[in-house]
Amino acid sequence: MTIARKAVVWGLFAAGGTVSAFLLPAVIALFLLVASGRVPPGLHYASAHAFAAGVIGKAFLFVVISLALWHAAHRLRVVFHDFGVRLDKTVARAVYAVAAIGTLLTAFYLYSIH
Amino acid sequence: MSQRTLELEVLRYDPEQDSEPHFQQYSVPCREDWAILDALNYVKENLDTTLSYRWSCHMMVCGSCGMMINGEPVLTCKTFVRDLPDTVRVEPLANFPIERDLVVVLDDVMEKLQRAQLWIIRQDPPPVDHEFTQSRGALQKFKQYTMCINCMCCYAACPQYALDKEFIGPAVLALAHRYNRDSRDQGQSERLNTLADHDGVWQCSFVGACSEVCPKHVDPAAAIQQMKVDGAIEWWKQRLPGSKR
Amino acid sequence: MSRQPYVRPVSRTTWYMRHGRYRRYMLREVTCLLVAFYTGLMIWGLAALAGDSPVGWERFLAAQQNPVMIAVHASALIYYLVYMTFDWFKLAPKAMAVQVGERVLPDRAIVFGHYAAWVVLTLLVFWLTGVF
Repeated sequence: MTIARKAVVWGLFAAGGTVSAFLLPAVIALFLLVASGRVPPGLHYASAHAFAAGVIGKAFLFVVISLALWHAAHRLRVVFHDFGVRLDKTVARAVYAVAAIGTLLTAFYLYSIH
Repeated sequence: MSQRTLELEVLRYDPEQDSEPHFQQYSVPCREDWAILDALNYVKENLDTTLSYRWSCHMMVCGSCGMMINGEPVLTCKTFVRDLPDTVRVEPLANFPIERDLVVVLDDVMEKLQRAQLWIIRQDPPPVDHEFTQSRGALQKFKQYTMCINCMCCYAACPQYALDKEFIGPAVLALAHRYNRDSRDQGQSERLNTLADHDGVWQCSFVGACSEVCPKHVDPAAAIQQMKVDGAIEWWKQRLPGSKR
Repeated sequence: MSRQPYVRPVSRTTWYMRHGRYRRYMLREVTCLLVAFYTGLMIWGLAALAGDSPVGWERFLAAQQNPVMIAVHASALIYYLVYMTFDWFKLAPKAMAVQVGERVLPDRAIVFGHYAAWVVLTLLVFWLTGVF
């Protein structure tokens, strides 16, 4: 008997949950502002681009988005199980693949912002 | 003292005669200070001697009398008729096979209790020339988890155990955590290899029902989350150079 | 005497309807769909920024301006706060046993710490993005 690999995903899930719990409401609030036409000055191209071009901005955005992705992926796997879907291996591969692709995309786009 | 008549709907099952369980109704005149266990004892003594159920201490320390009262897993010696409506549904503890009437088969949990190595594991010998002392602060770290009376109400509440009997379950994990947090114990890694396996802590999705129903306020959900943290850290520790699994 | 234990069936698909605490648990679990949705939106935004031209980003901002999305974001905000953030804060003390000497820190101290940090972080994000 040995500690299951689930330990790793759970760690990502917990970290991602913490990050999401603290920051996602602010993110949703920002989207709400933008949707209602009131774009805050920090989200106009110049400042948004400057933030994402910097090292701190890249690191912050990468950590927040990728951890949130892994949190959502693992929880979605559990949701499938709780709703009675019994294909755990398949579901796990699918959700973690999406999280991995999302993580790679995030890294790629961030890298492309100069 | 005033009396109140309770209508008990009790799930009956005779393995030698019935193909499936059925409800049987009993009218029980109750004293207002009675626990529901007293009402069951009244049924057995005066109305139907064939009713089978477990109980012992009648003071919430033995863990024998766990049953479902109106759908909630409780100790029947701790559930008072003054807190219950006039109609009370009495069923055996959920998520366990029914042996007979209100008696459930607990073999699964008994096996898991043994698997979890619920004893002090040491590599170093204890001191021989003086007492093996433990400070109050060290005791506080695990005292709450020693309160488990193995009543198994937490298993009856846990939906993950309901869906998958392979799950080791709340009480066993909380009891193991009691040892992992005991300063005299040196067996955390060994225990985690069993309990952080795929049937162990990771099956828990933190529904929290176990802690809500626990009659001794053990808080198994907290023990399990802390064990998940321990397991996650241990996984990485075991992969550091120079560590042994 | 023969044993014939009876196993009571549990529905894999509707077990959570049987009790309020299970229903609330499922409502919490499905917040992962909101997390997935908003990380998707953020990645879309990053893609727009990665074009390195203001046009792509302005188009992304314009695409967000939609009365339906206003309703979606407003409801998502409330739902997420109630079923994720506040619940996560309530459960956080369980995973950490903070002991000072002999006494264990009470749960409400840890919960309060979470709320305080959340308020500070939110205000910081709003200030950095120029909301005020």
